[in-house]
Amino acid sequence: MAHPAQRRWYPLVFAIAALVLLPLSVLLLSWQSIDQQIWSHLWDTQMPRLLGNTLTLILGVGTGVTLLGVSLAWLTSLCEFPGRRWLDWALMLPFAIPAYVLAFVFVGLLDFAGPVQTLMREWFGSGLRLPRVRSTGGVILVLVLVFYPYVYLLARSAFLAQGKGLMEAARVLGQSPWQAFWRVALPMARPAIGAGVALALMETLADFGAVSVFNFDTFTTAIYKTWYGFFSLSSAAQLASLLLLAVMLVLYGERRARGANRASNERPRVKALYTLRGFKAVAASGWCFLVFACAFVIPVLQLVVWFWQRGRFDLDERYAGLIVHTLYLGGLAALVTVCVALLLAFARRLAPTRPIRAGVGLANLGYALPGSVLAVSIMLAFSYLDRELVIPLSTWLGGAGKPLLLGSLSALLLAYLVRFLAVAYGPLESSLARIRPSLPEAARSLGVSGPRLFFKVYLPLLLPGTLSAALLVFVDVLKEMPATLLMRPFGWDTLAVRIFEMTSEGEWARAALPALTLVLVGLLPVIGLIRRSAHRNS
Amino acid sequence: MLATKRLLSALALTLIGTTAAQAADEVVVYSSRIDELIKPVFDAYTKKTGVSVKFITDKEAPLMQRIKAEGANATADLLLTVDAGNLWQAEQMGILQPFTSPVIDANIPSQYRASSHAWTGLSLRARTIVYSTERVKPSELTTYEALAGKEWEGRLCLRTSKKVYNQSLTATLIETHGAEKTEEILKGWVKNLSTDVFSDDTALLEAINAGQCDVGIVNTYYYGRLHQQKPDLKVKLFWPNQADRGVHINLSGIGLTQHAPHPEAAKKLVEWMTTPEAQSIFADVNQEFPANPKVEPSKEVAAWGKFKADTLPVEVAGKRQAEAIRMMDRAGWN
Repeated sequence: MAHPAQRRWYPLVFAIAALVLLPLSVLLLSWQSIDQQIWSHLWDTQMPRLLGNTLTLILGVGTGVTLLGVSLAWLTSLCEFPGRRWLDWALMLPFAIPAYVLAFVFVGLLDFAGPVQTLMREWFGSGLRLPRVRSTGGVILVLVLVFYPYVYLLARSAFLAQGKGLMEAARVLGQSPWQAFWRVALPMARPAIGAGVALALMETLADFGAVSVFNFDTFTTAIYKTWYGFFSLSSAAQLASLLLLAVMLVLYGERRARGANRASNERPRVKALYTLRGFKAVAASGWCFLVFACAFVIPVLQLVVWFWQRGRFDLDERYAGLIVHTLYLGGLAALVTVCVALLLAFARRLAPTRPIRAGVGLANLGYALPGSVLAVSIMLAFSYLDRELVIPLSTWLGGAGKPLLLGSLSALLLAYLVRFLAVAYGPLESSLARIRPSLPEAARSLGVSGPRLFFKVYLPLLLPGTLSAALLVFVDVLKEMPATLLMRPFGWDTLAVRIFEMTSEGEWARAALPALTLVLVGLLPVIGLIRRSAHRNS
Repeated sequence: MLATKRLLSALALTLIGTTAAQAADEVVVYSSRIDELIKPVFDAYTKKTGVSVKFITDKEAPLMQRIKAEGANATADLLLTVDAGNLWQAEQMGILQPFTSPVIDANIPSQYRASSHAWTGLSLRARTIVYSTERVKPSELTTYEALAGKEWEGRLCLRTSKKVYNQSLTATLIETHGAEKTEEILKGWVKNLSTDVFSDDTALLEAINAGQCDVGIVNTYYYGRLHQQKPDLKVKLFWPNQADRGVHINLSGIGLTQHAPHPEAAKKLVEWMTTPEAQSIFADVNQEFPANPKVEPSKEVAAWGKFKADTLPVEVAGKRQAEAIRMMDRAGWN
């Protein structure tokens, strides 16, 4: 039985959950009628290949991001080797590069007609060829390089939080570094790694931009084809709800695997645990630098080259507007989303009843859907609200009786909220969990309560987590494409919109200008994120 | 009571932020043609008439869905898309409003308009054959269909079947040859592929230039753009099927929405867009052919030479689109 104080959270949490449920219910309503012709066609000619491709992609990207993320996090957080200090933060930079941008850079650079293979043919004749870049391996490589930062970021803070006591205890008990890694550090970091891999896989499942550059057909490309080709939005929505079901299973599995493991809260280490020398040091530097070069240096250099060849001629005064819009939308969305996520995290902590937990779980589902499908569901939901609620209300109030939601800035912000709530909620929940309940209890016994308790006790402790959440949402909104395209008010073009316009015409080199600007704009918050996470252990 | 109402509406307005106040002398366009290809035309219209033209760009399917969702509370007056297949779909969804205009009828030939007057074409693009000048003699080329022959094994490059341009091309093949023969042709094409299909026409042209394949099928303006950047391109256009039905033509066109808030202003804009003044800007920014036959194409486009164009009404592309996609899937054209 819920305590009355707990029940006070109900209306708020349910209202937020309802906001997310609104577009999801559009998906469910699509099952009212089934287009048999489309389904039997998909089933007969497409499904086996699509499911096989999707499964390969999930396995490949899952393994890849785990290997890269964990190995890099282990090296930079526990070992000392040349270059560690800067690679530690540099390895986070690829987070600023959208998946679709890395995809078109890699294909442009490495495909048969690209500069690398052209040079190879000039130097060595036509006998020598690279493996095909537009292949399963190529897609997996690109997605691993864009999504590994999720695992890296989370695993790194988990390793750092483990403190020196445990690993030294393992050492005293005669464990080699490898044994200590396998038996102590890795099991303890598993919840964080699991959460990172889950985020990476959700992104992979929902990705359309990168896979379509490779023309690699997945379940998500089938959703788009059903909508854009067969013009059957309801069949596309049905496919999307199946995808959502799969994602819910993944998330459930991740929660189960996380189990009762809790990150410990020891005193942080001051010095690196293992100082690598000789061959090992070279190998560690080499590995970290290789990843950084492939995921960041090479793509950015290629963008700069394209910018110089083609993009610079497009640079005009309208770019200032694009950048301002992009920053404005990202900033506002981060603010709104973090506030709502904070409310949810507090509700979950102070009133952990079953209905609250269910409401919070639902509110976090928006992240898993392919962007366009979510965008169109939100749009349909908003136009319904406009019709049924806003227009009658506005007429009653003596207004113009015009729709106000669709095409307004607030509708776009709500769409971002629905999509990225989960991104903000994760860091907030875990940093709230680190505050022992005894602390606010002590404050209360000293007579501090209500808003003062929040501002004096919680907020200072939550500030790092809140900042991470805000920066993650900010960067994600910068990169977001489908909802921005569909719901932006007139004149609100952003950098992502410009990238879409260029790539949809196959003008890769000209897309370099908005893409490069986007990466630069996105870098600042990522660097902020890194500085913040570096502070914790200094 | 009145005070409460005022307060409430003030609050509502702040929450909503922007309000959709609409001026009388403006036209709102939803466009899947990108900003840089339409803004010059609209700017010219505003300069001439004082009527402002607002637009947003996105893919056609989401735009159509938005028009449908807005229903009677529409913001868009016009839907501007590429490919007749998309316009036909918009017509089927019931989001377009047919209107007849003597100006449009005089300017645009009937095969480039909807028979129902729901939309009209504005510019034409030919989807034609391109070949490597190093490895192919133009005399070896004849028709689209012939690219399915054995002599092209391992030499053909195609774009993905997910692009509507290829779906429309297939649809017209079905209309001409019937389903059975078309499927054979598609299977022949797929068998002749030298590498995986490309995600865009430019990459395909680059592949021919670099020697990965010898022939391909692209829209002419992609060739025009690449040729402008790389004048020494070792790829040329070929006009196929000159002895029979002619080159496959598709278009970019426009339609009035069902609940357009400014229908009269919108109709005037569409009419103006079919006149020589607008046609030149609209077609030339993208190296397309003007849909108005009295207007000469740009010098670059004219340099590609005259050709016989297929006179099949372009709306066939829409009617047979789903059938075409299913067939392409069966043939293994990804």
